[in-house]
Amino acid sequence: MIVPVSYYLVLGAILFSIGVTGVLLRRNAIMVFMSIELMLNAVNLSFVAMSRALDSLDGQVFVFFVMTVAAAEVAVGLALIVAIFRSLGSADVDDAHVLKG
Amino acid sequence: MAQINWAETIWLLGPEVILTVGALVVLVVDFVRDDDRGPLLPGLTLITLGGAFLLSFTYLGLDRTALFMFEVDNLTSFFRILATGTSVLILLVSVDYVRSRSRHAGEFYSLLLWVTLAVILVAASSDLILLYLSFELLSITSYILVGWLRDEARSNEAAIKYLLYGAISSAVMLYGMSLLYGAAGSTRLEDIARTFSDPAVRVGTLDELVLPAVVLMLAGFGFKTSLVPFHQWAPDAYEGAPTPVTAFLSVGSKAAGFAVLIRVFLTALPMFQVDWAAVLVAFSILTMTLGNLVALVQTNMKRLLAYSSVAQAGYILMGLAAYVATDTSTLNGIAGVLLYLVAYLFTNLGAFIAVIAYEQATGSVSIADYAGMVRRAPWLAGALVVFFLSLAGIPPTAGFVGKLAVFGAAINAQLYYLAVIGVVNSVISVYYYFNVVRQMFFMPPPAEGEEPVRYPQAMGLALTVSLVGTLLIGIYPQPFLDLANVGRQFLAMLPFA
Repeated sequence: MIVPVSYYLVLGAILFSIGVTGVLLRRNAIMVFMSIELMLNAVNLSFVAMSRALDSLDGQVFVFFVMTVAAAEVAVGLALIVAIFRSLGSADVDDAHVLKG
Repeated sequence: MAQINWAETIWLLGPEVILTVGALVVLVVDFVRDDDRGPLLPGLTLITLGGAFLLSFTYLGLDRTALFMFEVDNLTSFFRILATGTSVLILLVSVDYVRSRSRHAGEFYSLLLWVTLAVILVAASSDLILLYLSFELLSITSYILVGWLRDEARSNEAAIKYLLYGAISSAVMLYGMSLLYGAAGSTRLEDIARTFSDPAVRVGTLDELVLPAVVLMLAGFGFKTSLVPFHQWAPDAYEGAPTPVTAFLSVGSKAAGFAVLIRVFLTALPMFQVDWAAVLVAFSILTMTLGNLVALVQTNMKRLLAYSSVAQAGYILMGLAAYVATDTSTLNGIAGVLLYLVAYLFTNLGAFIAVIAYEQATGSVSIADYAGMVRRAPWLAGALVVFFLSLAGIPPTAGFVGKLAVFGAAINAQLYYLAVIGVVNSVISVYYYFNVVRQMFFMPPPAEGEEPVRYPQAMGLALTVSLVGTLLIGIYPQPFLDLANVGRQFLAMLPFA
């Protein structure tokens, strides 16, 4: 049985929406990060599905770069969370509120 | 596979090669020599940036050459000059700032070079893959720079907020790119345009994919240019970041955002101009109005400049929104965007340099502490007035010429209401800029701290360059207009415009 490409795109859209919901509702910085990862992987899924449907390799190459960049982003992000945890004793994004106005 | 001429390729990539080698050398020298305070690292950085800056001028007016994903054309040349010039000025003011605040000054210089390289790469990419990669290079190096004062809670908080907003908006942008790729079947901007130049493809179901793709990608591009409603990171990141980094974010990073807007929309999606121009008009109005209104109530100088730079992004966007492809005069919008970016570079960097000099002397960025500044630092206060005049768009300053070009473009494109809203906004902005001027000139200074403000020579030099640039563009704009006109010549070489 061949699964049509639209199924993958719909699944990608659903995963992306779950990621967005997580970003909006979760307050722990690490959970927010995981939700962002979910958004990125939803994008990856739709890239690969389209790449397959279009019979073009660009999309698959793109996915490799997205995964690498996501790893780099998380490395910087976790370093910052550690630094914040040291000064605040919490990784909750709502506790970081020195800057406002 | 065509034979690659290495010598020519390396020559065409001259400024990028210099920046990459320079950044690596600075990084290694910083590891090898335990000399974070000496003149060696800033010296190396200055030589690298200066070399790249001067070399960038030789590519002006060159015919378009595509090096796979990297486009060497007049737009790239323009942004090479803009990016390296910005970083030279920022380097001059950051030496003293960095030295007084951290034991690890070395990495700062290397990161400054990487971030400059990233701005050029963003402006030059002609493929969504390289575009995304260089966009993230710019973002991630900026996150590190914002959080660079790692013992300060403010700097950390600014960086994590910037990073979270940045990661979310780049994921949304990526989703837009995947839709565009699905609709067009290629990640190359030119091939996307080729696909859509066929009306049969355009009118089909694929058409419905493009507008969502545009809106989603705008979330990423709008994040970099701090368009409302993607601007929420700006005030926090600007306030918490080391002030030279704030200056970079407000000029270099924003310029990169506009470069990518121009590149993507005009190269890949000229057939959908009716759709995206309407979206950009709405963003432009929202951005300048909200930026100016919120700026009215700020009490912190860096936050004031943050909202002011949000508002400025709205004016600059007006040029792109009012772009008319058939118009080849200076008022066709793109020349206005480029001219405004040059004017904004000198003006906004100048304002930040004055703020940094005053912050180094007084340790404060609160507007209330600017009271009586004219007695302690008459030269700085005077320069700041000129920069504020320019930001508000009052002649004879650079800001006036820049606004003239974009408002003129809006009128040329018969978007009269857009021009009127722009003018009304400029009037509102005068209020908060001159509130600071009132503090500096007419308020009594606090009892203590009457001693004159001193700042290092490098900072004085950077301030003078910005001041001369701001006034020169206002009085004799021709050379800068020529530069902007060369920059927009890339339009003539687009195959599907």
